[in-house]
Amino acid sequence: MHYALCLVLFMVGLYGVLVKRNLIKIIVSLVVMESAVNLFIVMVGYRLKGIAPIMDSTIPPDQFVAASVDPIPQALVLTSIVIGVGVTAMTVAIAMRLYERYGTYDIQEIRRLRG
Amino acid sequence: MLDLLGIVILFTIVAAIVAIEMRDILGVVIAISAVGTGLIIAFFFMLAPDVAIVPIVVEVLTLVILVKATLRPELKTFVGNRDFFGLMVTVAMLLVVGILGMRVFDGLPRFGVPVFASAPNTPGMYYVTNGLRDTGAANIVSSVILDYRAYDTLGEATVLFTAVMGAIAIIRKTARKAPSEPEVSEWQD
Amino acid sequence: MAGLGHGGMTPVVRTTAGWMKGFILVFGLYIVAYGHLTPGGGFAGGVILALAFVMLVLAGGRERLPRILSLELVAELDSIGGLIFLGIAMLGMLPGLGGVFFNNFVVKSLHIGTPFHVVSAGIIPLCNISIAIKVASSLFLLFMLLILLRGVYTQEDTRA
Repeated sequence: MHYALCLVLFMVGLYGVLVKRNLIKIIVSLVVMESAVNLFIVMVGYRLKGIAPIMDSTIPPDQFVAASVDPIPQALVLTSIVIGVGVTAMTVAIAMRLYERYGTYDIQEIRRLRG
Repeated sequence: MLDLLGIVILFTIVAAIVAIEMRDILGVVIAISAVGTGLIIAFFFMLAPDVAIVPIVVEVLTLVILVKATLRPELKTFVGNRDFFGLMVTVAMLLVVGILGMRVFDGLPRFGVPVFASAPNTPGMYYVTNGLRDTGAANIVSSVILDYRAYDTLGEATVLFTAVMGAIAIIRKTARKAPSEPEVSEWQD
Repeated sequence: MAGLGHGGMTPVVRTTAGWMKGFILVFGLYIVAYGHLTPGGGFAGGVILALAFVMLVLAGGRERLPRILSLELVAELDSIGGLIFLGIAMLGMLPGLGGVFFNNFVVKSLHIGTPFHVVSAGIIPLCNISIAIKVASSLFLLFMLLILLRGVYTQEDTRA
C-alpha cells in the first residue's frame, strides 16, 4: 500500500519530464522522481515498531539487534541525496546558460531557434 | 486504512502535482519545497534521522538556486504541453510503468518486515551485530558509510566535486564575456 | 531581480546575521564532530557551514565578500579536503598499519579510544572532518558563482 504511493509519486515526476515544455518544470520533475526513489529505498528497510540504528549505552545489544531498522538502505540513500544535489546544480547551470543564449525556457522554441 | 505515513505521502503527491501544473514559476519553486518537506517528514517516520538531516539543509540551497534561475524581469511565462500524439504515447508509457511496478511489489516482503531480519548472516544483520565491536562507532549508519563501505563514499565525494566543477565551468564562460562587470576580473586566468 | 546581492540588506538584517553566525557555525561543527555518536556526519555538517557563510554574504552585500572570505582560499580548501580524505585512506595501506586500503588503522592496529566517547571509532571522525571541509567549500563556491558573479545580462552581451 505504501509502496504503491511511492510509485504514484514516481509516475507524477515521469509525467512532468515527458510532457511539459518549460525547462524549469522539467528540472523540478527530475527532483520529484529522485525523491520518490529515495523514499522507496528507505521504505524497504523499515521494521514495524523498531528503533533507529544508533546505539546507546542504555540499550542492551541483543534488544538492539532484534529491534533496529536496516542500516544499509539509509547509507545508500545518503549518497543518493548528495548526488542529487550535484545533478540539480548542474542542470540549473545549463538552463541558465540556455536562457542567456536563446532568451526563453521553452524547449520547442529553442529547437526552432537552433535551426 | 491510511495511517499517518500514508497521509504524509499523499500530501507529497498533491504538492508534486501542484508544482508541475502551476502557471506561476515562483509558485512552482515554492511547491517543490513542500515536496521536500513531505519527504523529510516521511523519513522521520521511517526512523532514519541520519538520512533526514541532509534534505533539510539541501532544500534551502536548492530553493535559493532555483529562485535565482527563475526570477528575471523579462521572463515570459507560457503554458502548453507537447503535441497530442506525444501525449498519447506518454500516457501509454505511464500505464505500462505503473502496471509493471505493481507486479514488482508482489515479490517484495510485506511493509514492515524487512529482508535482513530473515537470516542471521545477511549483510545488514552482520553490520548491526558487529558494528560497535569492529569500528567503535555508536552510529551504525556512519560506520557503514565510512568504514565498511568507505569506497562508495570516496566515489560520492568525487561525483560531487566533478558536478560542482562542471557547473562552475559552464557559468564561468558567461561571466568572462560581459564587458560591464569589472569585479569578475579575479576569475580570469 | 537584477544582481541578487548588490548592496546587501537593511541594517537590522545585517546585525542579526552578525549575531547568528556564531551559533550556526558552532552547530555545524557539533554535527560534524559528533557524527559517529549521534545522527549527522560530514555531509550535513558541511552544508550547514556553507550556508552560514552564504547568509553572511547575502546579508552584507557583495562588496563585503573579500572581507569575509577570499574565493581563491575557498577553492584551495576544496582540493585540500579531498586530498586529506584520500590520504587517510592511503595511510591504511602502510605495512605497519594493516596493508588494506581504507583500513580503520586507529582502532584495529593502534587501539586508541573507547566506545561511546568522542575519541573513538578510529578514522571516522577524521574522515567526517575532511568531508565537511570539502562539501562546505564546494557548495559555497557554487553558490557564489551562480548567484553573485552574474549581473544583468541581456542577450546581446553574450552573443558570440
